[in-house]
Amino acid sequence: MKVMKDLYYTKDHEWVKVEGDLAYVGITDYAQSSLGDIVYVELPEVDDEFEKEEAFGAVESVKAASDVFMPVGGKVVEVNEELIDDPALLNADPYENWMIKIEIADKAELDELMTSEEYEKFLAEEE
Amino acid sequence: MRYPYIPSTHEEEQEMLKSIGLNSLDELFSDIPEEFRLKRDLNLPKSKSELEVRSYLTQLANKNCSTSEMTCFLGAGAYDHYIPSIINHIISRSEFYTSYTPYQPEISQGTLQYIFEFQTLICRLTGMDVANASLYDGGTAVAEAALMAAAHSRKDELLISKTVRPETRQILKTYAHCQNLKVIEVEMKDGVTDLEDLESKVSDNTAAVIVQSPNFFGIIEDLKATGEIAHKGKKAVFIASVDPISLAILKKPAELGVDVVVGEAQGMGIPLSFGGPYLGFIAAKNAFLRKLPGRIVGETVDKNGKRSYVLTLTAREQHIRREKATSNICSNQGLNVLAATVYMVTMGKEGLKEVALQSTKKAHYAFEKITASGKYKPLFNKPFFKEFAVTSDIDPETITAALKEENIIGGYHLGKDYPQYEKAVLYAVTEKRTKEEIDKLSSVLEGIK
Repeated sequence: MKVMKDLYYTKDHEWVKVEGDLAYVGITDYAQSSLGDIVYVELPEVDDEFEKEEAFGAVESVKAASDVFMPVGGKVVEVNEELIDDPALLNADPYENWMIKIEIADKAELDELMTSEEYEKFLAEEE
Repeated sequence: MRYPYIPSTHEEEQEMLKSIGLNSLDELFSDIPEEFRLKRDLNLPKSKSELEVRSYLTQLANKNCSTSEMTCFLGAGAYDHYIPSIINHIISRSEFYTSYTPYQPEISQGTLQYIFEFQTLICRLTGMDVANASLYDGGTAVAEAALMAAAHSRKDELLISKTVRPETRQILKTYAHCQNLKVIEVEMKDGVTDLEDLESKVSDNTAAVIVQSPNFFGIIEDLKATGEIAHKGKKAVFIASVDPISLAILKKPAELGVDVVVGEAQGMGIPLSFGGPYLGFIAAKNAFLRKLPGRIVGETVDKNGKRSYVLTLTAREQHIRREKATSNICSNQGLNVLAATVYMVTMGKEGLKEVALQSTKKAHYAFEKITASGKYKPLFNKPFFKEFAVTSDIDPETITAALKEENIIGGYHLGKDYPQYEKAVLYAVTEKRTKEEIDKLSSVLEGIK
């Protein structure tokens, strides 16, 4: 299972890529592979605000549907519209195809997330 | 046989008891404590023959008054429109009448096709992108639309105009209570929604703004202006409850900024039936597709490339993420959908327009006649569709009683829901009413002391 360096990870299998006060959020390779063929992605609207761990969207595959949670609290500044038309992009490359771009409310919340090494270990335990 | 309505014989009873290892019926009920057991025969009258039962029930039924022998000017949400006889012939076919919910497309093509056509017709009438397979009635349709709006907006304030049918508002409050949503009523002014009051209540916490047009008093609301105010709420969804027949001559809600259109379709081929079953519908813009309650039938092709229909979309949450579901409606009002579909295709575009035009013309004729002498005054002075309210010095109960004497079902007493209009009566006039009937109504009213 692919895990990218320099990203933060959650126990719910979301990743965060921080760029200054902004961050991209998506689902991990493990998440897309567990879900299987993704057929629908529900995204929030720009300017929506969410708390840490609040569901901001959902992904549906042919066999399951799952909420996607905020790794850290913040405001949505952009959503990846391409996913609406082509949800399978999440299967093709879950790290390239981010779901939302957020403005992080409190960067201290990042400290509660896992590093790529910790996430790899977490995955090993999950197996 | 000890129980005449239970067909099993004594022998069969013994056989059943034996197979579960019991000797007597008393043993079967041994778990019921002694003091709760009935130790005598039920106190029922002697059984009757079929003939006796039929004549007894006929006698009871004859105590009812119905629109088949009386002239009806009562509306307030349920209407005495004409039902073409073809409807009963088609819906009585056993393929439709006794069919179960169409989960298996391979044996349900007929049912799926008419639901698909119903959805298509509702979309054409309302101008919206998508309609579902139907809901229970107009009242629950408003509540379902409100829940959908709350889920879509993630806000919790539902603004509803006081000109929406009182029962509908009651249903909404019941639904909202259990979902921790706030229902805030918007005041009315001169028989329509008070837009200034609406504006003061709309905020970024607004999940939905709900109005009805034609409203409970029959008056056509300014949907466009209402929608513009509603959308000042950042996430607010603008919901309009409409009379589908009125859409044959009024502007389509989609052109007026409405996001979700709901309504009661009883007037389209479904009998009054003392209050139900009726038929609710919901249609919305594409953005709501995934959140629509109930289900949607879609058109596709089978493996041989032939046109076919399937249940194509239901909110996933209803089945696999139930705790997230905004609705638990998993069914639809099948037979009444068929009645309304046959109604719409039988009447056609022109026929529906004719029904709407005749209703409104006759309602306006009745309004002119009744208010001519000044004994009955218009309650409001606003454009109306097929219903209007008048007020007088006479007690509405007296009016209803006098009309009943003349075989006329009178209007609705507005005082029941609007104490400020204690003496006002709401009359509905459909295309079924004749000039003679309206003249008679007016002359009976004129004669009441």
